Amino acid sequence: MKKHYGEQLAGLREQVLRMGGLVEQMTRRVIQALVERNVNLLAEVRSMETQVNQLHIEIDEACIELIALRQPAAVDLRFIAAAMKINTDMERIGDQAINITQRAESLLAVPTLKPLIDIPRMADIAQEMLKASLDAFVNGDDALAYATILKDDEVDQLKDQVFRELLTFMMSDPTTIPRAMDLILVSRHLERIGDHATNICEDVIFMVKGKDVRHQGPLA
Amino acid sequence: MGNVFEIRDMSSWFGDHQVLKKIRMDIEKNSVTSVMGPSGCGKSTFIRCLNRMHDMTPGFRMSGEILLDGTNIYSEKVDPVYLRRRVGMVFQQPNPFPRMSVFENVAVGLKLNGRKLSRADISEKVERSLVMAALWNEVKDHLTQPGVSLSGGQQQRLCIARALAVEPEVLLMDEPCSALDPMSTAKIEDLIEDLSEKYTIVVVTHNMQQAARISDQVAFFLMGELIEMDKSGKIFTNPSDKRTEQYITGRFG
Repeated sequence: MKKHYGEQLAGLREQVLRMGGLVEQMTRRVIQALVERNVNLLAEVRSMETQVNQLHIEIDEACIELIALRQPAAVDLRFIAAAMKINTDMERIGDQAINITQRAESLLAVPTLKPLIDIPRMADIAQEMLKASLDAFVNGDDALAYATILKDDEVDQLKDQVFRELLTFMMSDPTTIPRAMDLILVSRHLERIGDHATNICEDVIFMVKGKDVRHQGPLA
Repeated sequence: MGNVFEIRDMSSWFGDHQVLKKIRMDIEKNSVTSVMGPSGCGKSTFIRCLNRMHDMTPGFRMSGEILLDGTNIYSEKVDPVYLRRRVGMVFQQPNPFPRMSVFENVAVGLKLNGRKLSRADISEKVERSLVMAALWNEVKDHLTQPGVSLSGGQQQRLCIARALAVEPEVLLMDEPCSALDPMSTAKIEDLIEDLSEKYTIVVVTHNMQQAARISDQVAFFLMGELIEMDKSGKIFTNPSDKRTEQYITGRFG
């Protein structure tokens, strides 16, 4: 009646992927809503968050039960520990997508400040990082995880660039401040998504290599 | 799914010593139930009551009822031999019959049960039992060798095949892996999970990690009492009784 250990591990991997797919899509949709000025897409993002929250709970439950009942060792233990941590990061990515949704709601209620260029670029890179981090997780690909971590700098630089550009708008015309502030916040949320993808990559490297690469500065 | 066993206020004694105290338990069809607890808690006595293994033990008596599909197995109308065909048992030490071949060890139950079976029928049932016990591939070319020539883990699976040959509904296992090495243990544990699709299995173990791995339900016994019985996920993450928690976290026992 009980499922075999291998099937349970495969089930957990599948749950993590499903959740990853959802937060990836949330991020894509909310930026699409901003660029295309399409409010209708925002409802879709919110409904996906409900599913993400449900999976957040289910994945933690599955991990705890596997640890309690199967006494996982070595690579299995690292896989389950990684799944739990990745779970937290994915849920936070979902939250960031919701934060962007809130900013988008206020931005789409007023005329556009400027054409969006850097923010969609940031979003592209952050999404790429997220997708790569999950691919690295499924395939146990630590090389991909390393390469992805390095991309985070690009996101950070774009965030600074967005900030500098919008600062000039605000200085020259204070009526732009509310809209500029919203866009700055959007860029900050995207930057945080990149950070979470970086965390996921670090967890993947731990899972594959058993090596902790966090808090060691630029990767060698 | 329905219950196979319903145990109602079952107490038992060896002479003046009360071993089990008012046990109430339901055992679900096609599930794996582990009975765990420290030495002397009554778990082996309990499982042996389920197919009347204590009938011949001097000084043994019991009260309460054990219902198998609604019938009290201790009623005078129940033939213990017939009962044990429905409720098979595998013991701690693998105990193949020493003078019998692998084949005969599995076939013996069919013959002893007095059913008229053709040689082909017996061969087929022996093969099926060995396949179910995950032993067939290892012994199919050695069926005429003595059963005791197999390794310990193989002997235990041979005993499981022997128990399965008479097509029981319930399989009782009393510490089936405690005499085996880790690889053989893993094989038996996998087997238990597979068999639970068709059989109801009750396992006594004092290896609580094993109970966690294989069980749907876990019952915790302490000094003859059933302290707690619940889904294994519940017992090993958040047991209801303090004593269960203390036992599974190694505080005593």
